[in-house]
Amino acid sequence: MNIGDFEHFLSGIVWTCVLTLGSFSIGALLGVPLLVARLSGNFLIRILAQVFIQFVRAIPPIVWLFTIYFGIGASLLHIPPLMAALTGLGLIATANLAEIYRGALNALHSGQWEACQALNLSRWDTVKDVIGPQVLRVTVPSAASYLIGLLKDSAIASTIGATELTFQAKQLAQLSFNGLIVFPVAGLCYIALSLPIAWLSRKTDAHLRKRVAR
Amino acid sequence: MMLPTYAEILEWLPELLRGLRLSLEVTLLSLVLGIPLGFVLALGVISKQKALSSISLFIVEIGRGAPALVVLQFVYFGLPNIGLTLTSFLTAVVALAFNTGAYTSEMIRASLQAIDQGQREAAEAIGLSSVDEMRFVLLPQSLRIALPALLGFSILTFQGTSLCFTIALPELVSKAYDIGANTFRYFPALICAGALYAIISIPAALLVSHVERRAGVYAQR
Repeated sequence: MNIGDFEHFLSGIVWTCVLTLGSFSIGALLGVPLLVARLSGNFLIRILAQVFIQFVRAIPPIVWLFTIYFGIGASLLHIPPLMAALTGLGLIATANLAEIYRGALNALHSGQWEACQALNLSRWDTVKDVIGPQVLRVTVPSAASYLIGLLKDSAIASTIGATELTFQAKQLAQLSFNGLIVFPVAGLCYIALSLPIAWLSRKTDAHLRKRVAR
Repeated sequence: MMLPTYAEILEWLPELLRGLRLSLEVTLLSLVLGIPLGFVLALGVISKQKALSSISLFIVEIGRGAPALVVLQFVYFGLPNIGLTLTSFLTAVVALAFNTGAYTSEMIRASLQAIDQGQREAAEAIGLSSVDEMRFVLLPQSLRIALPALLGFSILTFQGTSLCFTIALPELVSKAYDIGANTFRYFPALICAGALYAIISIPAALLVSHVERRAGVYAQR
């Protein structure tokens, strides 16, 4: 590999990070209203949210990306590959993070809600000061491992031509006929990218454990 | 006209089902080869021999850390450079079995370590050889603990076969893509493929959560 190849790899890494962090942010935000819908007192809304989550998770990411890029892109309006990948991965992250939030919420003892009621805290204060911080603490480790999973799933964006790491690796392998080196280097890049996430997750977890009462 | 018409579904279904069958074949073979590999890797990681343990851990971390798509492309486009050319079907099975082995090894290792220490001591006390101890005492109990996780992973492996589109394996996604390319009806064709994935994945996911609850009841007793 020479300097030019290295630049390709570097731009691929940047786009992989943009895709991963972008779709994770979409999921982290939209996962909240989806969680609220999933726990809604209204039967219809609850069932709709549940069906949505099940469907999104039941269909492989590549099918979502193709449906958005080729399906919608070919008939309605053209969507650039990166936008299509961001939309598709964001959709998947939304469903998965809503489930992660729900798992964290279930892990809380129901006494926490009851105590807030007994103290006559408003619903907003209950969520903001009591439930929220505890849910956050339980969420961080599983959200971090999901983020690492999403990092690896972002490789799928290469199939619709988004110029991220795997796409660059494939191009390089075709040009140099040396997939034997290029693909392992790409694989190691993914592992290297996941290390700081795992490190940060452990740091944050330790920090929150100290700050948030259990 | 975003939805497939009834006539289109009837026309496409045989092709799509052929693709689905191939996806299921790859899934089954990957699991049949991958889970025993995971067991061997788990034994390697918990081995007391430092070298064996480090090598196993290295393999597991590579398998879990690198995207399956990259492994798939390495086997298909990389290995021919050293004269190892596999068909796309074999590539799919080898790469996904490796992926399965790496992931399930952690599940199996956790389940082996979850077994009460007294079980090992009891097995030793009645004079079982270490192979018999594994076969009759530890393995049956660990499989019961690991079962929900292994079943859940099997669904992910089934979904993972969709990556084989990139190595020209005519599985479900490739079939839907081909129909889309020929008729320019990408959206309806992909909806049909998505529905077929959902028809298998959703009941399977419900089954897994049922097994999970049952296993949970057992664990609490």
